[in-house]
Amino acid sequence: MAGIGAQGLDSGKNILTHMGKFRIERTGGIPLSLFLIVALPFLGSVLPALLIRAGRNSAYLSTAAVTLLALVGLLLNAPAVMRGETVTARLDWLPGLGLNANFFLDGLGLLFAGLILGIGLLIIIYARFYLSREDPMGQFYSYLLLFQGAMVGIVLSDNVLLLLIFWELTSLSSFLLIGYWRHLPEGRQGARMALAVTGAGGLAMIAGMLLLGHVAGSYDLTAILDQREAIQASPLYLPALVLILLGCFTKSAQFPFHFWLPHAMAAPTPVSAYLHSATMVKAGLFLMARMWPVLSGTEAWFYLVGTTGLLTMLIGAVIALFKDDLKALLAFSTVSHLGLITMLLGFGTKAAAIGAVFHIINHATFKAALFMTAGIVDHAAHTRDIKRLGGLRKLMPTTFTLATVAALSMAGIPPLNGFLSKEMMLEEAAHTVWADYGWLVPTLATLAALFSAAYSFRYVAHVFLGPVRDDYPTEPHDPGAGMWMPPALLTLLVVLIGLFPMAMASTLVETAAGAVTGGQVQQVHLKLWHGMTPALVMSIIAIAGGVVLLGAHGWLDRVWNAMPRPEAKEIFDALVGAATRASRAVTDTLHDGSMTRYGAILLAFVLALTGYAWFSGTLAAPTRRTMEIAIIPLLGWIGVILATALVVIFHRNRLVTLVLIGVVGLVVSLAFTYLSAPDLALTQISVEVVTVVLMLLALNFLPRETPLESSPMRRMRDAALSIAAGLGVGGLIYALMVRDFAFPTISDYHLANSYSGGGGTNVVNVILVDFRGYDTFGEITVLGIAAIVIFAVTRAVLNSPVRAYLLNRKPSEPQSGDAHPMIMVVATRMMMPVALMVATYIFLRGHNLPGGGFIAGLIAAIALVMQYMASGFSWAAERLRFPYSALIGSGVLVAAATGIGSWLAGKPFLTSAFGYFHFPPLEKFELATAMLFDLGVFLAVVGAVLLALESLARFAWRPGIASEFPMDINPAREVEETTAEEAR
Amino acid sequence: MITYAAYFAFACYGAAMLMCLWKVAAADQIGDRILALDTMVINALALLVLYGLAFGTEIYFEVVLIIAMLGFVSTVAYARFLLRGNIIE
Repeated sequence: MAGIGAQGLDSGKNILTHMGKFRIERTGGIPLSLFLIVALPFLGSVLPALLIRAGRNSAYLSTAAVTLLALVGLLLNAPAVMRGETVTARLDWLPGLGLNANFFLDGLGLLFAGLILGIGLLIIIYARFYLSREDPMGQFYSYLLLFQGAMVGIVLSDNVLLLLIFWELTSLSSFLLIGYWRHLPEGRQGARMALAVTGAGGLAMIAGMLLLGHVAGSYDLTAILDQREAIQASPLYLPALVLILLGCFTKSAQFPFHFWLPHAMAAPTPVSAYLHSATMVKAGLFLMARMWPVLSGTEAWFYLVGTTGLLTMLIGAVIALFKDDLKALLAFSTVSHLGLITMLLGFGTKAAAIGAVFHIINHATFKAALFMTAGIVDHAAHTRDIKRLGGLRKLMPTTFTLATVAALSMAGIPPLNGFLSKEMMLEEAAHTVWADYGWLVPTLATLAALFSAAYSFRYVAHVFLGPVRDDYPTEPHDPGAGMWMPPALLTLLVVLIGLFPMAMASTLVETAAGAVTGGQVQQVHLKLWHGMTPALVMSIIAIAGGVVLLGAHGWLDRVWNAMPRPEAKEIFDALVGAATRASRAVTDTLHDGSMTRYGAILLAFVLALTGYAWFSGTLAAPTRRTMEIAIIPLLGWIGVILATALVVIFHRNRLVTLVLIGVVGLVVSLAFTYLSAPDLALTQISVEVVTVVLMLLALNFLPRETPLESSPMRRMRDAALSIAAGLGVGGLIYALMVRDFAFPTISDYHLANSYSGGGGTNVVNVILVDFRGYDTFGEITVLGIAAIVIFAVTRAVLNSPVRAYLLNRKPSEPQSGDAHPMIMVVATRMMMPVALMVATYIFLRGHNLPGGGFIAGLIAAIALVMQYMASGFSWAAERLRFPYSALIGSGVLVAAATGIGSWLAGKPFLTSAFGYFHFPPLEKFELATAMLFDLGVFLAVVGAVLLALESLARFAWRPGIASEFPMDINPAREVEETTAEEAR
Repeated sequence: MITYAAYFAFACYGAAMLMCLWKVAAADQIGDRILALDTMVINALALLVLYGLAFGTEIYFEVVLIIAMLGFVSTVAYARFLLRGNIIE
């Protein structure tokens, strides 16, 4: 045993698909890697789906444990972040594309991740008691964890491409969560609307981020954040800004994209509380805050972001006052508060950014608590209609207390936390001048605050205060502790942050705001009393006005309902309907179900493009001479041309066509052999056989003749197109062949490194199992999936009414009497061991001489198919010891295990190792791990081919054909029977 | 001498291939076409062996082996199709 070489994929530096190398940098001795924090929810999402079988509590506890673990991991990192450090974890994924799995944790990320995981934990507890027995809880928690993972991914990503992936994942997982009650049409529609709006915004954002990355020269956030001047000076700044803002505004429900949020309220309340108040809708805000250092400070930023925020804040607050559905009221109030934060970010000053960060914390606490109390009311009274509620104060005292404290915070009443950040907002608004109109922003902000106070008061007054009614759908009562504890905890935070802002929140706000503004923020001062400032005056006006508005609500409500106003859902439906009709018109024109039409359109398009290329480009003179025409290739050429022409002539007779295609296949295999590609020839020959068997199985159910359907004109058109395209392709290939390659080909690399790198002299095989082993691994997986899909489709068809038709089908032509002729049975039975031995031989020599697992697999499969054909389906199926699906599975697993094995040696996935061995009396021989991989390929191919053919053969199966004997007429059996009779 | 023999044989098998092709194209019955294709396969096999003999190379041997072993399976499948309609029953 000597000379063990180990080298493989990694030697192909120019090959993109190779796996990245781990390079994890850690600063400050971190206990739990950021990778793990992001990965935990994703990994954990499997748990509830599986553990639900052990009961609802198991699913719930596993979900809570996963979240708690991630939260603890985050908190362990918190001290370092509070000290002003940035925790990073880096992994080069596809460096060629600029896509790196880099994560970093700074103040802003800590704030958001803390909100996501902390409130997530409370929501998980709340949901356990909120969902009823009929709701599939395992599914719910799985979706929730997926969403949680995606959100954590967004806030910790240090690469914009990675961030985009997580961004889209939140859209998808929120779609699943909103549509969780799939029996509700509103749920499904709301989910679709949310996906359409946020998905469209996401697409715009992808474009924006790519522009930004292009300008900055890197897709790493930390690198982009350093390039403020370069980015703002670039002509691409404005398009990138608009596109990114589109993504942020749709996600954060900013006007005019706010309409999806109220419709998403068809989701279960825990989802609304989690996604639509605390986390997902804040993703847009997060991104604006994250990009603040590079994008803000320009006029465009101020007018786009500031104005949108201001409008959204006002419009959301006004609509919220007139909503009778509790959750709709909260939804529009959320829209309004998101607008508030957006506006503060839009102002572009550091003080405003501090206010924005602080309000993000405050809003998350009081709004999540409010949603949860709304859910409690819905749960207890079985209605969310404010008009049907009132007087719940006496019936549900705990809920009343929680809802009141949270609502007063939302209204901006001191000494609660909502007051603090609203003061900061009003203070900033008072100093902001919008296009020379100094009064505009303060006035509108005060107005919005006024409406905000009014709807907050209404939430308390019209639901809890007033006389006890006797017409509730059910008897309302306070819920169990599991449901009121989570909102109570949040409400406690509302009070504590309000009373002791410096102790509770200042450090977090400071670090987060520092991260937003991209530098150290001076000491943040959060306090209740600032003296008699303009903000306080505005606040007093707002609260007083709010009380007045509430008093006039009955009258205002009638006016509001009498007023015509645009209905967002109708506009959206009309838009979607128009888009659907337009795309259907295009699709139906291009794809009307006729293959010839598809072909004609495709060919015409390709011809137009290539024609343009031909007439506008130039072609250099040929650099190679054509070879002499020898007699053998000429024969082959005549054969293939004649056979092809005959296919065109006979194409209506399907069987003759198949025979003629057989001629083409034969000549092609000969050509491969002649042109020194024996591997290809071997593959071609085996594939030909399998194809013929497959086609004949299908032809059994098809008419023998293709009917004449197209008009002569159409056939003329198709003929002209095909001839033009054929001549074009032929000409192109000829032009390529008489010229040298413009670039050096990769073939030389493979030829030079095949033996030294992969340990084999058969370059084709070394490419398959080593250089491009990862591709082969993917391919055998796909092959296996395809075969299993064929199997599944067959099962589905045979379980349908089609089965009766198949069983009653009469053969279209007279049949010979002998279904399993003796000579065929004997011949195939004798061929079987020979064929299997040849397969083994081809397999073993594969690494160095023509052959390999794929060809060997095909040969073995054919050897088995022969038995099916000769001795019958039932006879062969009876002797089957392993299901073919297991063969496929074991093949893929063997290949995967071989690949993973190289990790144990500290090499990248699928690195092959080889060595020379000498066991007397055998000659010295080579063994490579690639051979194990090839074994996986072999198994997968055998399994896939046989599973597919066997499934198709099932269609024709009819009872009564099967006999217990391999051959129908067997003289030996007759002799036996007569002797047995004679003996009797 | 062997060279001439080889070239003579090339000509014969080449002509046989073309004649088979003619039969595939213009036979009365489908059975004849299938038999002609089968004969073509055998002729191709012979051509490959001959080529190996004439140029002294072994590289074609496995191809010949596989054609010889598997070539008949398609023919059998065609025949079963004609006789029974269903090739696996």
